[in-house]
Amino acid sequence: MRDFSYFRAASTEEASRATLDAGAMLLAGGTTLLDLAKCGVTEPDTLVDITHLAGLGDMTVDANGATIGALAKMGEVADHPGVKAAFPAVAQSLSLAASAQLRNMATIGGNLLQRTRCSYFREPGVFPACNKRNPGSGCSAIGGVTRNHAVLGTSRACIAVNPGDLAVALVAFDAYVEMGRRRVAIEDFYMLPGETPDWETVLKKGEIITGIAIPASPAAKNSTYLKVRDRQSYEFAAASAAVGIEFEADGKTVRDIRVALGGVATRPWRARAVEQSLIGTVLNVEAVEKASRLSVEGAVSHGGNRYKIELAPRVVARAILTMGGLA
Amino acid sequence: MTIMETRKHGDAADGMVGGRFSRLDGKLKTTGGATYALEQPVKNLVHAVLVQSTIAAGRVVAVDAGKAKAAPGVLSVFTPEDDLGLLVASDWFGNRPDNQPFHPLPREVSFNGQAIAAVVAETLEQATEAAKLVKVSYEETQPVTGLDDPNAGEGRLVDMLSVGWGDAEAAYAAADIRIEAEYRTPREYHVPIEPHGLTVKWEGDFLTVWEPSQWTHGMARTYAEWFNIPADNVRIVSPFIGGGFGSKAMGYTYSAVAAAAARKLGRPVKLAVTRPQTFTAYGGRAATRQTIRIGATKDGVLQAIVHRGASETSVLADFPEQTGAATPLLYAVPNLSTQHRLVPVNTVTPGALRAPGKNPSAFGLESAIEELSYAIGMDPLELRLRNYADHDYQSGKPWSTRQLREALTVGAEVFGWSKRSHEPRSMRDGRQLVGWGIGCGTFPVLKAASEALIRILGDGSVEVVSGAIDMGQGTYTILAQTAAEVLGVPAEQVDVKLGDSSLPGATVAGGSMLAGAITGAVHKAATAARDELIGLALNDSNSPFRDTGANTLVIADGRISVPRGEGPSLTLAELMSAIGRDRIETQRNTLPEGANGPEDHKRSWTTMANIEGPTAGDLSMHSWCAHFVEVKVDEDFGTVRVSRVVSAFDCGRIYNPKLAESQWRGGIIMGIGQALLEEGLIDERFGRVINNNMGDYLVPTNADIPHIQVISVGIPDHDASVLGGKGVGEVGIVGVAPAIANAVFHATGKRVRDLPITLEKLI
Ligand SMILES: Cc1cc2nc3c(=O)[nH]c(=O)nc-3n(C[C@H](O)[C@H](O)[C@H](O)COP(=O)(O)OP(=O)(O)OC[C@H]3O[C@@H](n4cnc5c(N)ncnc54)[C@H](O)[C@@H]3O)c2cc1C
Ligand code: SF4
Repeated sequence: MRDFSYFRAASTEEASRATLDAGAMLLAGGTTLLDLAKCGVTEPDTLVDITHLAGLGDMTVDANGATIGALAKMGEVADHPGVKAAFPAVAQSLSLAASAQLRNMATIGGNLLQRTRCSYFREPGVFPACNKRNPGSGCSAIGGVTRNHAVLGTSRACIAVNPGDLAVALVAFDAYVEMGRRRVAIEDFYMLPGETPDWETVLKKGEIITGIAIPASPAAKNSTYLKVRDRQSYEFAAASAAVGIEFEADGKTVRDIRVALGGVATRPWRARAVEQSLIGTVLNVEAVEKASRLSVEGAVSHGGNRYKIELAPRVVARAILTMGGLA
Repeated sequence: MTIMETRKHGDAADGMVGGRFSRLDGKLKTTGGATYALEQPVKNLVHAVLVQSTIAAGRVVAVDAGKAKAAPGVLSVFTPEDDLGLLVASDWFGNRPDNQPFHPLPREVSFNGQAIAAVVAETLEQATEAAKLVKVSYEETQPVTGLDDPNAGEGRLVDMLSVGWGDAEAAYAAADIRIEAEYRTPREYHVPIEPHGLTVKWEGDFLTVWEPSQWTHGMARTYAEWFNIPADNVRIVSPFIGGGFGSKAMGYTYSAVAAAAARKLGRPVKLAVTRPQTFTAYGGRAATRQTIRIGATKDGVLQAIVHRGASETSVLADFPEQTGAATPLLYAVPNLSTQHRLVPVNTVTPGALRAPGKNPSAFGLESAIEELSYAIGMDPLELRLRNYADHDYQSGKPWSTRQLREALTVGAEVFGWSKRSHEPRSMRDGRQLVGWGIGCGTFPVLKAASEALIRILGDGSVEVVSGAIDMGQGTYTILAQTAAEVLGVPAEQVDVKLGDSSLPGATVAGGSMLAGAITGAVHKAATAARDELIGLALNDSNSPFRDTGANTLVIADGRISVPRGEGPSLTLAELMSAIGRDRIETQRNTLPEGANGPEDHKRSWTTMANIEGPTAGDLSMHSWCAHFVEVKVDEDFGTVRVSRVVSAFDCGRIYNPKLAESQWRGGIIMGIGQALLEEGLIDERFGRVINNNMGDYLVPTNADIPHIQVISVGIPDHDASVLGGKGVGEVGIVGVAPAIANAVFHATGKRVRDLPITLEKLI
């Protein structure tokens, strides 16, 4: 039996200090952590429980935007009237994620740090080669079953998808991840796998996500999260898109547009090329479809995931057309 | 035997046979009161955890168990080095090689995920952790990973499964309209909500096994033979089962390991197969491929069907998933030929999964029929009716009952089929393409004998006792109804005891035959009990009926009285007390006289050798169904959602419509999963199923399931069973997947011939 110790932190500082120990891990909702512990992927020596920390679950939404504490539950945020009004795509990304039971347990902080669903990553006893788990050991997925692997942002070392939905919406609307006093734009929070796929975010040892901040914007207010998958519910995205559009006073010309993709990339993927090509234009189906194809520029297939290169632009296009009243 | 007046199903308001009775075990299950095999509170228990192979073919060179043995709490590590002292047990038909040793933890590895070691420790956590420390070294050989492996070959022809009449090849060649296509189904898994496992305990030479079991007597025999002990020394206890679907009808290698470990260690052992391990601890449905050629006239009269199918099996044993099982049965065709091949690959031996054979077979045939309907521009409903088989062409025998025409016409009516426009891509709902499709299904009536005991107790209550099982299909409930009807008592007054091999013998809960078999036995035993009670009432010197001059009595609503009501009327309890009896006990079975000795019992309860097929007599007996499905397809994304299902069934007389409908719906839901989601993804480099968990092997959620309307069009079939029912449990899944594939074609114009129909196949 693997013994581990359990420590309930009394303050963020205490939690932070406790996680400086090698082998210590923060425990929030536990839905990623315990799952991976059962798979044998994470083997913490100490669990530092932060779920009792006061104030970390607070949410406020005002004219400037939303601040959401790291311990807020996925379900709470999804149902929050302020979030739903000012950031529909954010609320939808959460309500379309996982299952009701998981959303009631899982926290926003933990959500941002969920790990890939790569099957090879999740079976260490069978597939020793996994650079993300065991740097330098190789990648078992390449050459294997890659239906759910990334086509964007991959490297020779790793092609695993970042499967989260929320982060996609956050990337679209320039949210920040707050780690106490340190604040990082969410796009910079996630790293490409490169040669070091084990290193997924800029979070440092001992750092705790305290919350996220999402600046208000007209595009965020007029937004949607479209998630496409074989199963109607309770499945990760085959491809997803967060899209928000602000129109000029004429109600037609695009002043600002945000596009991000999920389910297809090694990190939440902002599609700036799509945005650039549509800003200042009046949307029409053909132009949107053409622009959406820019979302997969540079995409690489590994066989089983080839369909994602076809699917992702269609999802982006549909989301844009929906927000533009053309779908 | 009393002839029971048959009622039309579902119209009985009294809760007797035919009534809409809720499941008697429902409350126990939903409130957590039902104790499952792995929850048995057994003292002094230790835990076994399996170690499965990580290669698909080769041999175990060495197992380094040093670290595992040294881990805290570990009692023992079993490896291929250990001779567990077991013997090979009989197959399903009772055939058994003499004194052949059985090594459930073999040295030869024949598939990835094969159990090769087991760790036993004081706690589950200790055993789980220690299992990770077991280091196995292998000598690998090149595996054959599936039907498409270049080294798989075309397989071995299974002669027994070749069916033919007329000259199919010639008739096909001469036909005006010819279609030909290949259809495929992947490996599919049972994934019951209760994963497999067992708790075992030895007391001297007596073995008690708490294990979910679709067949307590058959499994008891297996254990007895493994351990070379008398059959009566083994008791399988399985009152509740969290779903089986065919996967819980036999002892598996891990069962033997757990029982052997318990014997070696002198402690009760619990072995819980983890969800990932269940994907290779026993077999799911084998992958299949089949080519179908149909020849027809221009106006849609079938001339020939030529069918060539294959399924994979393991390198250890043959388990054909018969792709031709439904092919000869559904339509009138003057020339037919089907053949099936078995292709050994490095997989766990496949097993029976809801409607084995019939299911993939119907996927091929019912897809092909609609392909023909588009080729000739004829409505697929009309095409099916035009080729309606008025008798069984394969056996040449008349059907016992076949309400498939009614199923098709009633189903069509309720579905609104006449509003369909035939052209593919011609129906829309906003952005979504709408498609309608039909799939017919069939499942044979299998007959077997069973035995039951009835007790009328002093307080007037009734007990029904049998070793038959209830895995959720409703055995408890329909047996209470059966006994209540015969004995004239309210069903609440009947207590049913099942799921224990020490109780009277019963056939396997498989092949949709248990209900027919066991209601027959209960009916017979209850009738005997009633006759005995009435006899006592008329003749016992203390009975108030003795002097009434009546020559028979009636029992109704729990009271016994003289016909036409002149004279005394007593509750059963009052009568029992008057005649001074605390019980009346009758045990009866449905074996024929003259073949009812101990050997016959053993053969009937513990093997499948005495099971009669659908054409054993003068008739051909089957259940039938027709599914009507509507799908909506978002063509940009390739996503398919089933938006409506209407299915009409002929399963003969329905003993309890509520339960039967639930079985049908369950089958249809599984069919939706099979059509759209379910597939074991095999990494061909390793021959391993990599989506071996419920997060990655997807089955439908509530959100995937629309309203499903099920209709019974059956009529009592007393050739099929004593009470007139035909099989209910399996036919529901048969025909669902082709109905969906047909609807997808109608919606999109794209024909998907390999399941599941996932989005990448449509974009
Ligand atoms: C079956 C299943 C289906 C799912 N489907 C989806 C889906 O469709 N879409 C989707 O987006 N997600 C999905 N998820 C993922 C789910 O959203 C995450 O598991 C969940 O959000 C994690 O939150 P948690 O609070 O439980 O995190 P935990 O498991 O407690 O923690 C996760 C990780 O984050 C660390 N951590 C937690 N909080 C902090 C903090 N404040 N600061 C620093 N580190 C921290 C932990 O140490 C751990 O390493 C699914 C999960 C499962 C199990
Ligand atoms: S894709 Fe990444 S996570 Fe998956 S096996 Fe390769 S390195 Fe590991």
